[in-house]
Amino acid sequence: MPKKLLEVQGLETLFKTREGVIHAVNGVSFAMEEGETLGIVGESGCGKSVTMLSMLRLIPSPPGEIGAGEALFHGDDLLKMTDEEIRHVRGAQISMIFQDPMTSFNPVLTIGLQVAEPLEIHQGMSRKQAMKRVVELLELVGIPNAKERVKDYPHQFSGGMRQRAMIAMALSCNPGILIADEPTTALDVTIQAQIIELVKRLRDELGMAIIWITHDLGIIAGLAKRVFVMYGGYFIEGAPVKELYRNPQHPYTIGLLGSLPRLDESQRRRLASIDGQPPVLFERPASCPFAPRCKSAIERCWKENPTLETVAPDHRTACWVDVNTGRARQ
Amino acid sequence: MTANDVLLRVENLVKYFPITQGIIIQRQIGAVHAVDGISFDIRKGETLGLVGESGCGKSTTGRTILQLYRPTSGSVIFGDVDLVKLKGEELRKMRRYMQMIFQDPYASLNPRMTVGEIVGEPLIIHHMASGKEVQERVENLLELVGLNAAFSNRYPHEFSGGQRQRIGVARALALQPNLIICDEPISALDVSIQAQVVNLLEDLQKQFGLTYLFIAHDLSMVRHICDRVAVMYLGIIVELTNQKELYNNPLHPYTQALLSAVPIPDPVVEEQRRRIILEGDVPSPVNPPSGCRFRTRCPLAYSYCAEAQPDWREVQPGHFVACHRVSDTGILDKKEVM
Repeated sequence: MPKKLLEVQGLETLFKTREGVIHAVNGVSFAMEEGETLGIVGESGCGKSVTMLSMLRLIPSPPGEIGAGEALFHGDDLLKMTDEEIRHVRGAQISMIFQDPMTSFNPVLTIGLQVAEPLEIHQGMSRKQAMKRVVELLELVGIPNAKERVKDYPHQFSGGMRQRAMIAMALSCNPGILIADEPTTALDVTIQAQIIELVKRLRDELGMAIIWITHDLGIIAGLAKRVFVMYGGYFIEGAPVKELYRNPQHPYTIGLLGSLPRLDESQRRRLASIDGQPPVLFERPASCPFAPRCKSAIERCWKENPTLETVAPDHRTACWVDVNTGRARQ
Repeated sequence: MTANDVLLRVENLVKYFPITQGIIIQRQIGAVHAVDGISFDIRKGETLGLVGESGCGKSTTGRTILQLYRPTSGSVIFGDVDLVKLKGEELRKMRRYMQMIFQDPYASLNPRMTVGEIVGEPLIIHHMASGKEVQERVENLLELVGLNAAFSNRYPHEFSGGQRQRIGVARALALQPNLIICDEPISALDVSIQAQVVNLLEDLQKQFGLTYLFIAHDLSMVRHICDRVAVMYLGIIVELTNQKELYNNPLHPYTQALLSAVPIPDPVVEEQRRRIILEGDVPSPVNPPSGCRFRTRCPLAYSYCAEAQPDWREVQPGHFVACHRVSDTGILDKKEVM
């Protein structure tokens, strides 16, 4: 049995705003092993980014607040660490790349200086040593003419190149986990394919674990080993990737897969849309968060929020209804 | 196909945006070659897709067709009228027949107007209705796009993204146009909402016999909704054919790479796919490459590609392509040339 690298238990995050308390993450639990690639899928506002930011304690507080839970990394609880301790984890052992590579770089510092920063801070390198390593890193992520390009500013890089530089920075200290928060959403498909290919290559070479957050079920299909689907701040389904796509058990997952047109589909069919709107998170629902949009909802769904239950080996879903029979689950 | 089937004909359309220097006396020092000589037809009742990556000129094409940008040269023939030659009142009268749905449902609705005012405004401007009639028409339109008619005195901020896009659709439909240009109408929406809006557009097309120019970067959605598809790269159309042919027999190396880059939501299929990964980025449209514009990233480019721009040819019935490596009978020569 491989060692657990990360174990998150019952994580809850709230934002106390003037309009009320937003329950962004409502008791999320998952575990991952070393070198594993985990996909987290969900629509905007479902809490997928907040889950990761909470784990790394990057939630602005106030208004944000971690209500409960623990996040064990190599057995140490990230949520109980002092500020000093967590700083040694962030960027060194767990690093993160973000959606928008334009706003996540400082526009007035050169790319070289910014990629060098974690090396100087975490590995105590001198500026000169760090810069040498930066050139190697930029070459590793496929930036041509890296020796010259380290002196460039972020605006001189294209979107795809900035995302490559960001990956170089994230990998500079050989992290155990790389968290990728929709890193290809702002990019064109041909550039997206380049970046995904790059991440796959680096994963195989360096052996880090990856948590890939996205709303695109297509990207995850070719990348992750296990997938979790989030909705309204809850994990509602989790399974190995092939099992999830072949045998989805939650009506929301089924709806999402049905609403996607497929490139390899020659017959035209009407897209199965999910009616209604994503939930507002001002209160923790007593019912299933998906019930208002669910076609198979039964009475129990309105009274009680389902918990994640195992329905097949390593396949868990939070739904009172057995979608195969349309009747209540025993 | 007879000439009667054609609703709109675009011929050699060119749009350059000048780049100027100087504060008081502005000199033109260059131009962005946003659209650089494209020709195509849109047939009555069809959905023509226009796909390409950001900055390839697909939105500029849409706006230039509607004369929201005046073209640098070329013509846009709607029915038997050349829109490029029209001005002022004459042009405004033609606008009735062509409407647009925009990408960003947050920016394309005036936040200070109620939904009723937004949807009703085109009716008043074009004298299609007045007084009480406007309100009736607005309510009908809102119901048509799946919104509650009682919402007409609410403001755009009270609606979600998907609902706002429905308001945009209602506004476009108000004048009963023949042609609607949809400029990435779903790319700002969540996945589960995208399908709602696409289904709505399809239903409306069936009901009113609308013609769509559907601009998008999402190839799977384009395959789903369009009858014919044109692929743009850096200001020119590189390939145009019906949707089946484009996906089953893509000829241009760019189309092939674009198709292979789109992920398919099925792990079993993904495992077996071979990707064509293009090197580098799209070059700047200020100074596009000589000859074929795709040659800098093309895995099959050879020296001649830098010398001459490939002709726009019909290699099989209805299948147009601009590539030196495609033969006159529609076969791509895949031999690598050093």
